[in-house]
Amino acid sequence: MTDVLYELTDLSKKYTRGKESVAIFEDLTMTINRGDFIAIMGPSGSGKTTLLNLLGGIDKPSGGQVVCNGLRIDNLSQARLAKWRSSHVGFIFQFYNLMPTLTAAQNVELPLLLTKLSGKERKRRVQTALEVVKLAERAKHRPRQLSGGQQQRVAIARALVADPDVLLCDEPTGDLDRATADEILETLQLLNSELGKTIVMVTHDPAAAKYARRELHLDKGRFVESGAMA
Amino acid sequence: MNDLTLIRKSLFRKKTRAILLILSIMTAFLIFGALASIDRVLNSSEELSRADRLVTVNKINFTQTLPYAYWGRVQGVDGVQAVTHASWFGGYFQDVRNFVQAFAVDMDSYLEVYPELEITADQRAALAERRDCVAVGADLAEQYDWNVGDRFPLSSNIWRQDNGSSAWDVEVCAIMTITGQDLPTNYLLLQYDYYNEALAFNRDQIGWMIMLTGDPGLNDGVSQRIDEMFANSPAETETTTEAAFSQAFVEQLGNIGLILSLVVSAAFATILMIVGTTMVMAINERTKEVGVMKTLGFSSSRIFTHVLSESVLLSLVGGLLGLGLAVLLLGGIAQVAGGQLPGLGVGRETWIQALGLMLAFGLVTGFVPALNAMRLKIVDALGKE
Repeated sequence: MTDVLYELTDLSKKYTRGKESVAIFEDLTMTINRGDFIAIMGPSGSGKTTLLNLLGGIDKPSGGQVVCNGLRIDNLSQARLAKWRSSHVGFIFQFYNLMPTLTAAQNVELPLLLTKLSGKERKRRVQTALEVVKLAERAKHRPRQLSGGQQQRVAIARALVADPDVLLCDEPTGDLDRATADEILETLQLLNSELGKTIVMVTHDPAAAKYARRELHLDKGRFVESGAMA
Repeated sequence: MNDLTLIRKSLFRKKTRAILLILSIMTAFLIFGALASIDRVLNSSEELSRADRLVTVNKINFTQTLPYAYWGRVQGVDGVQAVTHASWFGGYFQDVRNFVQAFAVDMDSYLEVYPELEITADQRAALAERRDCVAVGADLAEQYDWNVGDRFPLSSNIWRQDNGSSAWDVEVCAIMTITGQDLPTNYLLLQYDYYNEALAFNRDQIGWMIMLTGDPGLNDGVSQRIDEMFANSPAETETTTEAAFSQAFVEQLGNIGLILSLVVSAAFATILMIVGTTMVMAINERTKEVGVMKTLGFSSSRIFTHVLSESVLLSLVGGLLGLGLAVLLLGGIAQVAGGQLPGLGVGRETWIQALGLMLAFGLVTGFVPALNAMRLKIVDALGKE
């Protein structure tokens, strides 16, 4: 199996605002290796989230190709993309985006409803995912009964539970205080170093970016790699 | 957890709103269940009508009687296969408020003209043997807890006997049901001879005659021949189909069907708009959640099914509660009415119609929000760059 997980070739994305066409980025080419932990930084409107959406198959590029695990995803139908996302990508959002009516365990179980796993196996996986994020004892709590950091850990467990190839995190600590943010970032770092999860994280926060193996700065549609850490 | 859990949780996301919606739908189906059942009782005789069955009444008014001799004369009319007669008894049991819909009939010919009335062979034999024997509809028997062998005085608020009594002592010898029909059997048949011989006045008169022609194509000719036969007599006749006769009888109370349709339609249209608008608002509030579910890999068609199922579930919960309440309400009305509306209850046909309406209601109110949710783009839903 190749070490390359994502290959982006000549990727461009344009938005039309009225009669005007605005290019977010053009001819973007990059690769992401399996096991990478990349922090994507850049000013507002630089296209960080758009790039994350293209990697996750929830938006389509205006041109170029997105290949993940050897599969070209930019030209898949919506139905096939949905199926692909369910088994290959885990998403973590800034505002957690948990279902308010479901318990922590039910939120984590949500992606598993799309699999053919038995109820027993689903329960086992949910339990494991919650243990990984150290929230097993809060399984029956609803989101409003949890702190921001705990909610984000539930979101991480939900992203993790289907054992995806990559975790795509959009400002995962943007709504948290420093100490809680550090806890979340340590958890992500652990998932990367211990479980080998590939992580792509969009952040404004340089302190958060330090937890990644690679930092990429997106500016005016171009990448500027600013360093790596061990 | 399964999809049904998700649907249920989404439905009760805002409990107050969900309860108010359910109450609205419940009200609509309560009205539907109650009115449809009352209409069904009033129109049950019309539903039993056969296309080849004719009814001859006094031309002045069907409350005016006809001479008994007419029955014999009609038997010989060309095209008449069988003929019977019936007379309104105006009955009650013990108390005038305990209404009993009773007819004095010639039992043999009546059962021949109404072959759908089911009576066992031994009960039929008992009816033939004893003139004080009556046949009671199963619903009426249940209402008054009558069983075969029970004796009681059946009083009339119209007729009186020579001896001054207005009560005929009768014995229940048969319990009637209707073959293959979900219609109330809410009346009693007593034997004409037994009733007639004791009458203090209006003896040897009958209320109306019922004929079988065996072929609806013969109806016009038979009607014409009968009415011509009695033209220029002291009691001229008017012969119509049984359905027209039943309808005319019910229309004395006003056009119940039209009133029912108007009330139910108005209630449904109002509630449909309220529920439909609320469902659209409810789904709009959950735009982000729908986007997250799609992000996790839930397909658009699955989201569509979820939202539609939510709406159908809402409709079913409200509708079944409404119909359940209608059952209780009708039970109460039946008790208060003291037999004025025997057989009153939510029948199988009303249940089937209501279930169909609940499904249709759920699908109609859920379709637009489901379509919106299905078409929702994840990027728009998540509200990012």
